Amino acid sequence: MSFISYLINGISLGSVYAIIALGYTMVYGIAKMLNFAHGDIIMVGCYTVFTIVSTLSLPTWLGIIVSIVLCTILGITIEAVAYRPLRQATSSLAVLITAIGVSYLLQNVALLIFGANTKSFTSVVNIKALKLGADGGLTVTGETLVTIAACLIIMVVLTTFVNKTKAGQAMLAVSEDKGAAQLMGINVNATISLTFAIGSALAAVAGMLLCSAYPALTPYTGSMPGIKAFVAAVFGGIGSIPGAFIGGIILGIIEILSKAYISSQLSDAIVFLVLIIVLVVKPTGILGRKIQEKV
Amino acid sequence: MKDFINKNKDNLITYGIVIIAYIVLELLMSLGLISSLMTGLLVPLCAYIILAVSLNITVGILGELSLGHAGFMCVGAFTSAFFSKCTVNVITVEWIRFTIAILIGFLCAGVIGFLIGMPVLRLKGDYLAIVTLAFGEIIKNVMNVLYIGRDSKGFHFSTKDAVALGLEESGEIIVNGAQGITGTPKSSNFTVGVVLILITLFIVLNLIKSRDGRAVMAIRDNVIAAESVGINITKYKLLAFSISAALAGVAGVLYSHNLSSLMATPKNFGYNMSIMILVFVVLGGIGNIRGSIISAVILTLLPELLRGLSNLRMLIYAIVLIAMMLFSWSPKAKDFRDKTVATLLFWKKDNTVKGGSDNGSN
Amino acid sequence: MAATNPVLEVTNLSISFGGLRAVDDFSVTINEGELYGLIGPNGAGKTTAFNLLTGVYKPNEGIIRLCGEDITGRSTIDINKAGIARTFQNIRLFKDLSVLDNVKAGLHNIYTYSTMSSILRLPKYYKVEKEMTAKAMELLKVFDLDSSASLKASQLPYGKQRKLEIARALATNPKLLLLDEPAAGMNPNETKELMDTISFIRKEFKMTILLIEHDMKLVSGICERLTVLNFGRILAEGSTSEVLNNPDVITAYLGE
Repeated sequence: MSFISYLINGISLGSVYAIIALGYTMVYGIAKMLNFAHGDIIMVGCYTVFTIVSTLSLPTWLGIIVSIVLCTILGITIEAVAYRPLRQATSSLAVLITAIGVSYLLQNVALLIFGANTKSFTSVVNIKALKLGADGGLTVTGETLVTIAACLIIMVVLTTFVNKTKAGQAMLAVSEDKGAAQLMGINVNATISLTFAIGSALAAVAGMLLCSAYPALTPYTGSMPGIKAFVAAVFGGIGSIPGAFIGGIILGIIEILSKAYISSQLSDAIVFLVLIIVLVVKPTGILGRKIQEKV
Repeated sequence: MKDFINKNKDNLITYGIVIIAYIVLELLMSLGLISSLMTGLLVPLCAYIILAVSLNITVGILGELSLGHAGFMCVGAFTSAFFSKCTVNVITVEWIRFTIAILIGFLCAGVIGFLIGMPVLRLKGDYLAIVTLAFGEIIKNVMNVLYIGRDSKGFHFSTKDAVALGLEESGEIIVNGAQGITGTPKSSNFTVGVVLILITLFIVLNLIKSRDGRAVMAIRDNVIAAESVGINITKYKLLAFSISAALAGVAGVLYSHNLSSLMATPKNFGYNMSIMILVFVVLGGIGNIRGSIISAVILTLLPELLRGLSNLRMLIYAIVLIAMMLFSWSPKAKDFRDKTVATLLFWKKDNTVKGGSDNGSN
Repeated sequence: MAATNPVLEVTNLSISFGGLRAVDDFSVTINEGELYGLIGPNGAGKTTAFNLLTGVYKPNEGIIRLCGEDITGRSTIDINKAGIARTFQNIRLFKDLSVLDNVKAGLHNIYTYSTMSSILRLPKYYKVEKEMTAKAMELLKVFDLDSSASLKASQLPYGKQRKLEIARALATNPKLLLLDEPAAGMNPNETKELMDTISFIRKEFKMTILLIEHDMKLVSGICERLTVLNFGRILAEGSTSEVLNNPDVITAYLGE
C-alpha cells in the first residue's frame, strides 16, 4: 500500500513540475533561452497569496487571482525590459546572465520585503482528503487531487490553445522562425509577450499548489523547482508540450520514490543522474525532434 | 628578445597586471591599510580568479556552456583536503605536502572532467548546460553523504553515517558526511594564491596560442569545417573540458586549504557558484582571459564594498548585473557605446581588430 | 602526365533520405591531375555526392576508392587524413580566427607537436610553429591573401573568404580537392580571377580537382570532363564539349 501512496505523491509533485515545465518549455521554445528567473516567479506568486490570505486575511480566491495577474504582468515586464533588448545580441549567454540577474533581483526584493525567515504557507486547497482502501490505509490529500486535476486541465487547454487558435499557431510560427513569422504578418513581440504571460501565469498556479503541499516559503523557494522543471522539459524534449507533461510526471515519481526507498539526501542526485542517462541515450529528450545541421 | 616581447605583449600585460596587483596589495597590507575582512577575502578571490580563467576555456575557447564548474572545484577541494588531512603527520614539510595536494586536486578534477566529458560533450548548448549543472549537483550531493574513516585496519567507507564506518576506538573520521572535512592544514595564503593564478594563466594562455588551442577554437567556430580539415573533434573537446575541470580543481585546493572546516553546501559548490563564475566570464568578455580576472575581482569586491548597505547590497548587485549586461550586449547600447565611450571600457574586445593568434587571448 | 592513374574511383554510390534517392547509382573515375566538373540543376544531388565522398553521410550502397584504397564509410576526419579536402557551398571559415590561423588549422595534421610542448613552450613549439607560419604564408601568397593574414576571417570580403577556404583545404595536403560552387555569389571579375587561380593551383600543386558548379559556362572554360547529375542520377558524362551538346543536358537546364 505504501508504494501506491508514494506513487500518488510522486504524480502530485510531478504534476507541479509539469505545470512549471509547460510554461518553461513554451518560453524556451519561443525565446530560446534558459530563463533562470522562471522559478522565482513561482516564489513571487506564493508570497502574493501569502500576503493577501495570511497577512491581510482576505479570501483565498482573491489571493489566487491577484497572484496570477501579478505574475503575468511580472513575466511580461521582465521580458520587455530585460530580455527583449538582448534578443539580437551576438551571444546567447548575454540573455542567460541577464536572466540570472533578474533571478537575483526577485530573490533579493523578496528578501527585503519578507525577510529570510521561512513563512508557513496556508494551503489554498480546501478539499477533504480522500480515504481509499478497505482499512482506509491510503489517504489522498485534497492538494494532491487538485494538483493532478489542475495539471491535466492545463495540459489539455494548452494543447488546444496552441493547436487550434490563431495566437497558438502564431507561437509555433515564431518559435520556428522569427524572421519568417514577421514576414507573414505575425506580431513577434506581442506573441513573445503572450508566451511569457502564459508561462508566468502557470508558474503562479504551480507555486500555489507546490506551497500548499510543501508549505515552507522562503525567497529561494522557487529556484530548485525552476531548475527541476527545466530538467523535466529537457527530459521530455524541449519545446514539446506533451514532453513537458511526461517529463514532469516522471521526474516527480523518480524524486519521491528515491526519497522513499534509496536516500532522501541523494534524491536530487538520482533525478539528475536519470536526466543525464536519458540525454546521453537520446540527446533530444523523450519526445524531442532531431535537428541536423545542413552541410 | 624584442620579437618575443612583441609577439607575447598581450600575455605579458596580463601577467604584469597580476604581479603588480599582488605587490600593491602586499604593500598596503604591510602598512595596515586593508581591513581584516578584505584580507580574509584574498584567498577566495584568488580561487575565483582561477575558476573564472579556467571556465573561460570551456565557455570562451571551446564555446560550450558549462554550469557545473563548481562541481570540479568541489572534487579538487575534497580530494586534496582528504590527502592533506591523512598525511599531515607523515609529510611534515608543508610546501611538499601542499604541492602534492595541488597535483592531486588537479588530477582528480581533470579525470572527473574527462569521465563526465566523454558522454556529454556531444550535447550542445543548453542541453550541455543542464547536464553539467546536473553533474555538479550530483558531485555536491554525493559529498554530503560520504563518510570515510581510518583506523589501524585501514580506510572505511560508508554512505550512511559515521557509526556505520565501524571504526576502532583509536580511529578517526576523516570525511564526515554533511559535516565534511574538518582540520585541513591551512596551507593556502595570498602568495600561494597568486602563484597559482600565474601558473593557471601560463597554462591557459600558452594553450590558447598553440596547435591545440587553434584546434579547439576551430571547433568552436565551425565543427563541420574543423572535421573537414581532419581535426579530431572529440579529442580536442575533451582536452579543453578536462583542462578546464583540472584547473577548477586547483581552485578547489586553494579554497579548501584556507578553511578549517570544509563542507559541500549549495553556496560554495552548488549551481549558484557555477553561475557566479559564469557571470565573471561573461561580464569580462567571453574568451577574454584578462577580462575574466578583472570582472572576478570587481564582482567579488562589489558586494563587500556595499556591505554598509547591508540588505540592499545583493539587490544592488542584481541591478548592476542586469544593467551591465544590457549595456554591454544589447545591440542598441553597443551602437551608442561604439560612438562614445568604447575605448574606455575593458570589454571592447569584440570591436577591435586583433592580429595573429591573439583571438580570444587578449 | 600520368593521365591513366585514377585518384578517385566511385562505383554505384547511392543514398536515400526517407523515400527519396538523393544520389542514385553515381559512378565516376577521376585521373591524376585532372580538373573534373560535376554539374547539374539545383537539387540534383551534387552537394550530397560531395557529402558522401567526404564522409558526412554514409552511403547505402557503393564503393569509394582513393588512389586504390577503399575509404567507403570512413569518418570525415579519416577521409581528410586519407587525402580528400573540400570547401563548402555556404562558406565555413573559422570566423573568429585570423586568416593565418585558418590556414594553420588546416595544417593541423601536417605539423604536429605535443600539448606538453605548447604548455611548457618547449623548443619544439617554437620550431614547428615557425615552420607552420612559413608554410601557411606561402599558401596565402598563392591566393594573394598574405597581406590580410592578421585579419579575422570574418572581416575578409566575400570573394577572399572563398579563396581562404580553398587555401585552408589545400593546407591539409590533399590528393583530391573538392570545390563546392567556389564561384557562388561572385561577380564576373572575381569569378574569372578565381578560375585562373584554380587552374594555377592545379598546375602548381599538381592537384586533382573535382568541382561542383551550377553555371555551365564557367565549367566549360576549365574542365576537360564533366558529369551531369539530374534528380540524383547521372544524366550525361564525358568530355566537356560532348556533354554540353547533349540534348538531354540542354533540356534539363533549359527546360522543355
